[in-house]
This record gives sequence, C-alpha cells and structure tokens, in this order.
Amino acid sequence: MGFDAETLARHGLTADEYARIVQLIGREPNLTELGLFSVMWSEHCSYKSSRVHLRTLPTTGARVVQGPGENAGAVDIGDGLAAVFKIESHNHPSFIEPYQGAATGVGGIIRDIFTMGARPIALLDSLRFGSLEDARTRRIVHGVVSGIGGYGNSIGIPTVGGEVMFDEAYASNPLVNVFCLGIARHDEIVKGQASGVGNPVYYVGAKTGRDGIHGATMASAEFDETSMEKRPAVQVGDPFMEKLLLEACLEVMATDACVGVQDMGAAGLTCATSETGSRGGVGIEIDVANVPQRETGMTPYEIMLSESQERMLLIVKQGREAEVERIFEKWDLHAVRIGEVTSDGLLRVKDHGAVVAEVPNRALTDEGPVYRRPFARPASLDETQTLPAEAAQPVARPHDALLRLLGAPTVASKRWIFQQYDYTVRTNTVAPAGASAAAVRVKDTPRALLMSVDGNGRFCQLDPRQGAKLAVAESARNVACAGGLPIGATNCLNFGNPERPEIMWQFAEAVAGIGEACRALDAPITGGNVSLYNETDGRAILPTPVIGVVGVIEDAANIVMRAFPGAGLDIVMFGESFAELGGSEYLKTLHGLIRGLPPALDLGRERALQRLLVDLASRRLIRSAQDCAEGGLAVALAECCCEANGLGADISVASVAPVAGVDRLAATLFGESASRVLVSVAPDRTAAVLDAARAAGVPAARIGRTGGRAIRLSVDGEVVIDLAVSEAEARWSASLANWLDGRAA
Amino acid sequence: MKFAVVVFPGSNGDHDAYYAPTHVLGEQAEFIWHKETSLKGADVVLLPGGFSHGDYLRTGAIARFSPIMPAVKAFADAGGPVLGICNGFQILLECGLLPGAMLRNRDVKFHCEFVGVRVDRTDTPFTAAAREGQVLRLPIAHGEGNYYAPPDVLDELERNGRVVFRYANAAGETTDQANPNGSLHNIAGICSAGRNVVGMMPHPERACELAVGSADGLVVLQSVVQALAKRGALHASA
Repeated sequence: MGFDAETLARHGLTADEYARIVQLIGREPNLTELGLFSVMWSEHCSYKSSRVHLRTLPTTGARVVQGPGENAGAVDIGDGLAAVFKIESHNHPSFIEPYQGAATGVGGIIRDIFTMGARPIALLDSLRFGSLEDARTRRIVHGVVSGIGGYGNSIGIPTVGGEVMFDEAYASNPLVNVFCLGIARHDEIVKGQASGVGNPVYYVGAKTGRDGIHGATMASAEFDETSMEKRPAVQVGDPFMEKLLLEACLEVMATDACVGVQDMGAAGLTCATSETGSRGGVGIEIDVANVPQRETGMTPYEIMLSESQERMLLIVKQGREAEVERIFEKWDLHAVRIGEVTSDGLLRVKDHGAVVAEVPNRALTDEGPVYRRPFARPASLDETQTLPAEAAQPVARPHDALLRLLGAPTVASKRWIFQQYDYTVRTNTVAPAGASAAAVRVKDTPRALLMSVDGNGRFCQLDPRQGAKLAVAESARNVACAGGLPIGATNCLNFGNPERPEIMWQFAEAVAGIGEACRALDAPITGGNVSLYNETDGRAILPTPVIGVVGVIEDAANIVMRAFPGAGLDIVMFGESFAELGGSEYLKTLHGLIRGLPPALDLGRERALQRLLVDLASRRLIRSAQDCAEGGLAVALAECCCEANGLGADISVASVAPVAGVDRLAATLFGESASRVLVSVAPDRTAAVLDAARAAGVPAARIGRTGGRAIRLSVDGEVVIDLAVSEAEARWSASLANWLDGRAA
Repeated sequence: MKFAVVVFPGSNGDHDAYYAPTHVLGEQAEFIWHKETSLKGADVVLLPGGFSHGDYLRTGAIARFSPIMPAVKAFADAGGPVLGICNGFQILLECGLLPGAMLRNRDVKFHCEFVGVRVDRTDTPFTAAAREGQVLRLPIAHGEGNYYAPPDVLDELERNGRVVFRYANAAGETTDQANPNGSLHNIAGICSAGRNVVGMMPHPERACELAVGSADGLVVLQSVVQALAKRGALHASA
C-alpha cells in the first residue's frame, strides 16, 4: 500500500476503500488524488451509508420538474413557473463557530438555488438547541440567530419562517437546517452539468484560501473534546460577495451562454468539477495555477480541497466567453478560465501544465463505496417505549400546567428570533408569521406558495418510523392549515453515527416512515441532505428528520391565518383526541421525561383532513386554522388567543376514552394526538363546514366560541382552565427574551 | 413620471423600490447602475435599501464615492425630489445631503417589525399627500437605524421643521416604547433644508399593498407623484 494507516485514517478512508481506489484507477493514487477521493467518498458527499435507504423514497409525481441528483429539486407551480427548493444542514460548523457556521449554511443553500437559475425568494430554518439553562447553549443561540440574520438580511432574501425545539440532547450538537426556495421559469432551469468538448470552464467569485480544507470530512466524523481545534475548518461567509455572484450569475444564465453551473460547496473545486463532468458524461481538465488564490504557496491538494465560500464554476459555450466576462466585470467579479471540457471522462488536474491528478470523474462521484450497514433495534427501546408512572399522575392544576407549557422554550413565541430576520424584503411575504405556514406570493400571478419545516426528535427517539411519518404529516398539515395544497417535499436527515447499528436502525426506520407518509400525502421528495455523525463524546442527538413541505394556494387572498380574527365565531375541532401522552411536551416540560409511544397516525385520515382544509380555504368558509401540536389542545387554543390581541375563547370537550396508566384530563388537555385542527367559523357557515367535514370523512364538532378576555376550557362540563389571555400571552411572548437577554433568574 | 432606482452593489431593496411605483402606482421606473453618471431624465430619485458595498467601513460610506453620486447631488441641488430608504438614508448621511449619523440599534440587534411612524411634516414632496400627525404602519429592517446628531444639529433640525417622520404608537405618541432603535427624538426620517431630499429608515415601498401587511407606505410615493404633477401643471400654465 502506498500510504500508511495513519494517512488513510486522517483522510477518513478505510483499507477496503483504499483498495477500491487502486482497483478503480488501476494504480496507487498520489497524495492529491487520495485527497480527491477522501472528500468525494466522505459520508457528506457520497451518501455511502444512506444511499440504499434514500433510493426507496418517492421522488416522482405529476408536478415534479426536477427530482434528486441536481443542486436542488423543482416542482411545477403553474404559468410555466417552477419552485426550486432544498434544505441543507450546517450542524457541525455551527457548534464550533455558531455565527459563521450558521451564516455559511445560509450562503450554501442560497447558492444551490440560484445555481439552478432560480431567483431565491424565501428562507426558512429548522433549529435544535440544548436547554436554555445552559450558558453555552444561550451563546450558541445568539450566534446562530445573528449568523442566519447576518447573511440572509444582507443578501436580501427574506427569512419567512421556521421552527425551533430545545432538548438537552442537542447541547453539544445543535442542528442548523436551512431551507431555501427560489422561482424560475421551467425553460430557464440550469443544471450542474458539463457538456460540449472544448467548452471553457470558468471559475468566478471569492479567491481560494486554506479555509475549510476537509470540511466535508469533518462533517463525517463524531466530535470529541478536541473538536474546537477544528475551528479552522469552518469557513467565513461574505454575503456581499454572494450577493454579487447571485446577481451576476442570474444575469449570465439569462443569456443562455453557459451550459452548466455548479457552486463550490462541500469538497469545493473537486466536487464542482467531478460532478459536472460525470453528470454530463465528459471529462474536465483544469490547471490550478489559474485558480485565484488568497494565500501564497498553496498546493494543488489544498486548492482542490479548499471549501472557501462564495465560489462558482461555470461551463461556458465556446465563442460566448467575452459576453460572460463582461457581465461579471460589471459586478466587479473576475471570471477566470481555468480549464475546459474534454471527451475522456477524466478529471485531470494540472499545476502549471504538469499533470498532478488524473482520475475518472465517475470514480469520484458514482463508483464510491455503498454500504448496507448493519442495523439493530436498540434494546433500551423496550423500556423507553413504556409510559412512566408520571403519565398517570392527575394534573393537580391544569391552569399552572398550561402556563408552564406556554413558557417552555419549544412552545413559547419565537418573536425574539424572527424579529432579527428581515422577513419583509422582496415584498412577497403575506401575513408575516401569521399563518401556520410561511407564505410568499408569486408576483404576476394570483398564487402564493406555502412552506413549512417540521420535525420532532422526541417522537423519533421513541419510534423513528412513526416519528418521521408524524413529521411529514405535521409539516404538510401546516401548509394545508394555511390553505395550501402540498405538492413537494425536501428532507434533512440528522442522525448520529451510522456505524452504530442502533443509529442505522433509526435512520432506516425514519426513511421508511418518510417514504410511506410522502406517498400517502402526495408530497414527493425532490432532494435534501443527510447529516450523520451528529454525536459528541459518543452521545448522539435525538434522531431528527426535518421535513420541508411546499404547497400552493391558487388565490393568495384566501390564505388562512392562525389567530382567531374576532369575537362571536364558532370554534370547530377537526379530528379526534386519544389518551396519548407518549413523547409529549407535557411529559418533557412537567416531568423531564421522553417516554412512551408517539401518537398514532392514520395517513388516510390525515390526507382527508388536509384536502378538507384546502377546500374550505378556497371556499372562504373558515376564518382561522391552527393544528394541535406540542402541548396539545390547550396550547393550540391558547396560541390562537395569544396572537389575537387579548381575544378570549370558551370551549368544552369530552374526556378522551380511558386508557390504563394515562391521566385522562392530562391527555385531553395536553395530549398530542395527530390530525387535529382548530378552526374558527362564522356561525352562519358552521353547518356548511360540518357538512363538508362529514362528506370528507373527517370527524368534526363545534366545541365553543370566541369572545371575552379569557381562555376557558371545560372538560365533561366542568371548567378546568380559566386563564386571562393577558396572563397567558405574557408568559408565552416573554419566555425567549427572558432566557436570552439575561433577564432570567 | 419616471423614478430612477439607483442600484449599488449590495442594494437589496432595489426590486421593491422599482415594483411599488411601477406595478402598484403605474408610473415608470428605471434601474440606474451605480457606475453610470446620468440619471437619464428621471423625475424622482430613489436610493434603495440594502448593504451597499457590503456595509464595509460604515453603512453607506463607500457608496458616496460611486460614479452616479455627483449626478444625484446635482439633481438634489436643483431641487429634484430624492428619497433615501434605509441604507439609502445612510448613504444620504454619508454623502452630506442630510446631517447626522446612524449608530447600531440600542439593543445591538437587527430589528424587523412593523412600527408606527408619525408624519410630522407634510411640506415635503414625499409627505404632501399625507395628513399631519397621521400614523403610518411601516416595516423596519435594520441593524443600524439609531439616528444620532450633535445637539446643535438636532436643534436646527427641530427649529426648521426638518424632522419629517417619528416613531410613535398608534395614538401618535412618541414614547420610548414606540422607538425601536434608540433614535434621538424618535427620529425616523428627516429632510434637507430645501425639503426636497428625504431620508427615512422605515420602508414605505414595502408597505404598498394590503396583501403584504400594510398599504400605508403608498402615501409617500403618491405624494411625490402628486407634487410633481402639480409642479408640472404650474410650469404648463406659466
């Protein structure tokens, strides 16, 4: 073997993988070539552990314009337009350097979208942090939130939504998943594909430095106490450079002068050249001496592996070079010719004319190892899936329990966060933060797009398949509550070390659950990202598949808000409540426990509910809609009031059917049964709404009315909660600021 | 009527400043790249929001050296209406068309929210169609909107009625609670001595349709359209 075990280990390659490299290229690789394989065969770039499972996901559908495999997926939204979107993680860098880690996560996903020729118009974030009682977590939250804002606000793409959950399991491994959506005409979509032998290969954007070398490899390993030494592998973002690149690239792509575009993200120049080459079935030859460099003395190895931010690769049509160069010059960017497309299928890297690496593109991108890693259900699940005695404890004071839940960081208002994001730029944001899903209108059409990201690590910890199904259902339900028909989805799969069978089991189960739910709800997965090795010191995060769902509403004026809009409206509940407390926010907040089984889910019923919501919105029959999620019915009701300027509500429900070991009152108020939505309806429309529900096969009942200044909730005819909205609102809205601005005790 | 929307590298409110006058008001507009030297016969100049030149050095500090700026100054000196919004306001401060400076928001956080903005003066081309004391609901989106000027400058601004907009609650009271960023005297916008150059931190161009949360900003653009129409009518009759 040409390299010792230590060198291979440093490159994250096993002896078997090395043998495969030798076999593929028919000789021993040199160090530069070893570096190319190291990053391209890393988990992050090659999906070697996840690929066999991801293949089972539904990726096609009538509206799918672009499925997985490109820089982003795309779905048809009418009028010849496509929504181009994807979600991606930047977890590891955000722990090491929260501001830059999060900022470059935003920058990376934005590049994926405009690389496709789409104008990015919306960002959402799904975040997971440890407990806010931990000072380090509070610092990470500050850093991540200001990093997301610092990049997104500057570049002028509104951050219009997202979700955040807090749990100790994320203390040393926060999750930063960023979703971006753009709009393009179908015929303007550009692929990351090289073609046309002799076509020049251009490099444009920031200069290449030594930052981020082996970032992809870092993202494919667990963390330990030495992780902070990896700080140099975190890149520094420059939103100004990216803004120039965004505008210049869109201007260039509008000319049809380039045949393919690819951003340099993970694995930098190596990934951009080999992927465009292999997708197009061609070779790429570049000379690294032509690559603009920020530092002196960089080796070809370093240049090829650098993950410096804000760089793009373009394959330009021969004869159109001057036109392209002129546009970049207008934006004070230098487009540099670094090589050309060849016919031999090889990635040939030269340094001042001398060949320093020469390997088949496909060997890097398509012929890497694929693992069917062993998986096994964790033995400990038998115990954790059993409900604890606490679930049977009677709720002594429901009023206090509700207040505690409203103040729990996972439930509390996220205003402290979203107020730091520009959500108004581009003037598309409809009802900022007012609907269950984020809404942006599509200018020059009557339509709007609705977007939601969701995931529940607790449910997935207890049953990954069920938890993943619930995540798809909830994300799609959020879109449907606002009146949008779900048409496509993207996933970000955050898990621990796949080399451990119980983690691989979680992963396999979750992917199966996502597939089942996406099929049932007609939301094909058009792309996404897998983030493994989310572990520090051998302790994994909660398995956290995050699902982004995109929906469309034909008339933006029909978007349904979350809050009760006025007094005297009937409150109707869709769906049924069961004695389900497993994995609930109630057990977590009041008893510190993640135990039991997640709620049941009937996908047929969920689908019927979502279609009903879309139908009612289009007929303007409902005035508001809010799904029951963390904290159950009581929290959902309180949230509808907290956002309604002190307007109260009075509802009355029956207890859930009894189940041994579960307190009926707690489950009725705070249980998290799936497929439930609270809507408000003008009284003269209630009969029509109930009829429509009956026809759709959705259980529905009028349970109360809006009005007054209190949240009143009766169970079996007895008032169990009577809380001034002002008191609930104070607790709900101040919680995050109290924790994060240091006013907490 | 033609609006010039000056585009600096890093401008990100340029599309919004173009969309509102054209799509909502039906007027004409043209993007003017900062390397150009002529405003191409525009009747109104808008300096949009964003982070021109990456906000490097200071917000708006480098944009003042752009090749288009002499034309903007000449246009302003000749009495032409110029509106700087957010980063555009910061540029007007840096190039000396308006006095004062911007500090970081007092809580050192970026703020995006809809706030109350009271119209204090209706004798500028951008407020002529508004009612004095009218409270507009407009979005802000900035990290450095904390207006500062030395006491003598502040006195001069107040004495001469050059404070055009102030942060206020719904009742029109300029309370500290209604002040999102710590600006002195709750200042949200000011005008030049000649009253034709106005700078404001809130975004009227982002609040021109109810669909996006508020149409209160429309009055700012309608004002300038009416003011110029009136001026045109005067010229025609003279």
